[in-house]
Amino acid sequence: MDFRDSPDEAAFRAELRDWLRDNWTDRAPRAGRPEVDLHREWSRKLHDAGYVGLSWPAEYGGRGLSPTYQAIYYEETARAGAPGHVGVIGLNMAGPTIIAWGTDEQKGRFLQPLLSCEEIWCQGFSEPGSGSDLAGARTRAQRMTTLRDGDHWVVNGQKVWSSYAHVADWCILVVRTDPDAPKHKGLSYLLVDMHSPGVEVRPLRQITGDPEFNEIFFTDVRVPVDSMLGQPGDGWKVAMTTLLHERGTLGIALAAVLQRQLDVLVDLAGKPAPDGRVPADDPLVRDAIAREWIEMQALRFTNYRMLSTLLHTGVPGPEGSIVKLVWSEANQRLGKLAVGIQGLSGALEGDDALADGYWQYQQLRSRGNTIEAGTSEILRNITAERVLGLPRSR
Amino acid sequence: MDFAFSEEQELLRGSAREFLAEQYPLERVGEIVDNEPGWAPQSWKQLADLGWLDAELGLLDQVVVFEEAGYGLLPAPLFSALALALPAIERDQALLDSLAAGELRPTLAWAQQGQRQELRVAAEGAAVAVDGDGRVHGQAVLVPDATTASAFVVVTIDGLRLVDAGDARVTPRATTDRTRRLGDVSFTLAPSVLLVPAADTPAVLAAIERRALVLAAAEAIGVARRAVDIAVEYASTREQFGRPIGSYQAVSHQVVDAYAATELARSLTYWAGWAVAESDELADAACSAAKSSAAEAAVLACERAIQVCGGIGFTWEHVLHRLYKRALWLEAFGGSGRDHRARIAEAIL
Repeated sequence: MDFRDSPDEAAFRAELRDWLRDNWTDRAPRAGRPEVDLHREWSRKLHDAGYVGLSWPAEYGGRGLSPTYQAIYYEETARAGAPGHVGVIGLNMAGPTIIAWGTDEQKGRFLQPLLSCEEIWCQGFSEPGSGSDLAGARTRAQRMTTLRDGDHWVVNGQKVWSSYAHVADWCILVVRTDPDAPKHKGLSYLLVDMHSPGVEVRPLRQITGDPEFNEIFFTDVRVPVDSMLGQPGDGWKVAMTTLLHERGTLGIALAAVLQRQLDVLVDLAGKPAPDGRVPADDPLVRDAIAREWIEMQALRFTNYRMLSTLLHTGVPGPEGSIVKLVWSEANQRLGKLAVGIQGLSGALEGDDALADGYWQYQQLRSRGNTIEAGTSEILRNITAERVLGLPRSR
Repeated sequence: MDFAFSEEQELLRGSAREFLAEQYPLERVGEIVDNEPGWAPQSWKQLADLGWLDAELGLLDQVVVFEEAGYGLLPAPLFSALALALPAIERDQALLDSLAAGELRPTLAWAQQGQRQELRVAAEGAAVAVDGDGRVHGQAVLVPDATTASAFVVVTIDGLRLVDAGDARVTPRATTDRTRRLGDVSFTLAPSVLLVPAADTPAVLAAIERRALVLAAAEAIGVARRAVDIAVEYASTREQFGRPIGSYQAVSHQVVDAYAATELARSLTYWAGWAVAESDELADAACSAAKSSAAEAAVLACERAIQVCGGIGFTWEHVLHRLYKRALWLEAFGGSGRDHRARIAEAIL
């Protein structure tokens, strides 16, 4: 057991830290919807410097490094307050799924532009009628052959809660191809060009006031047959690969950002609030901040444990199943705490509020954390059944 | 960065689990501690044979052993000897040999009536006097395993001194956790041996505190894991309304929360063990984080397990109350969660 960086890891960390210092100068935390143009430019810079796809195999344009380096990347970018790669859905969900299930042609076509940020991906999983119950998806894809388009799928339906859909070039889409099969067996997984005729994206305004997510409507959208990952009927299995990656690799990034936010909160608590009181003088505030510090460290080291198990056995440790669940609740408490110590001024937002409303935005945004990427209820079910071996609840 | 235990440490864990399950199953622990002498005297020799009392064992090895000792509620004064007394006798090879051979069973007498109980400030409150012939005079309270110890490491105004149990008067105190009873100890011109001179005592007590917090945390996660295992087993087999109760989310989600708290505390405990062993700059904060979260996780896991097991989990006959009482003991020892969060706040705010 050793928590220090190896010499190679330490060198990588130092080099990245220097690079960030020279290339990312805006250190103030920002609230709100990612400014895509700005972030696209930043993502290209990251890619050109070799910091994208660190743990991807070299044959697919990655650097073939161990996941430890990806962890260091997350820690250092969070520490610098730098944004992540804008192609987060592509990098963490679409890419690994294409690597696992794609044909050579698909890998050759999609992976490189995904890394270089020339193409942005979005996710089409949730529907108005099926959120947690992904296997209940009703968006239909029917196979047709016409003289004009040859053999292809025709997609009709609606998806929801798609971040980046308004700027995305491609969508990983779960569709029902066999309505007569049992619900898990009738699904398929398509890679859909978002510029196809019949694709309409509408912004979905959330409680923050921001349209961070979107609805996507598909009306007779034609998708070539070679755009499927796996075979017809494999959709559920392919989607599980995607979700495994969504929940697997992001924990370290979440803990790293939480650490950065805690630093900002500690700074805030040490200064007089708008009502003149210094929050850090209040023993209850001190207790609450210390509690979040402990929780943040616990998440950090739980991630390291999971990562170590992955490095030693090839499979992430079971304790990883709790990371997103625990993080989401910690992030909610942190936002509440930061707004709470501002007194009545905490009721302000935007430019009128402290730090341009960063914490007010965070507090509201964090309510989504226990819903997106697996609700806390679903995550508890998964841990109960797959980790603890309790009987199935349904 | 590598979080994994070594192969030797994994072997140690396996053999500890096996030994305790075979020799001291939880049902037997209940019998042992409900009857005199309140512990299993033959166990001390067994632990020596297993090598657990060997000072060569590193702190992370001891973390492994204590996690298992917590899981099995080992009815022997291991915590007193290794977590509390060991750093005080480290300079004396004969004492270390005697401990390793399973003869010496030392504990630490540090708390004074009316004084703060943190180990690291015990030297400031020391009230046990020492005369010119090295005889100690005075009283210490709330000494763990006072009735089973063979010798006391006493915090005196003249450093840390060793007094044979035969030269002390022990008053047992009724203790909720019968597996780790407290007692008051008084010394009337009792002969003693100097272990650590007064000048070095604060540093040794600080080292004792760090070790004790890490090992208390390790025990606590063992207790928590056992409670989660018991809850899972019961919820998987007990049926109501025609289904195992673990299939109800109102039941299973409670167990998951206990599991989550346990795993978080486990990560912190391993971190703290490593940080203390390596004298890392965050060692004190890591100890506070580990102790507070592990003891609270143990209490939570036991409370959830008692709830999940329903009426049977509330009986004396069931083993859960033994685990719960150990969890409460650990929460009471070495500073509460609130105390440790105050320390962390002091360090970061």
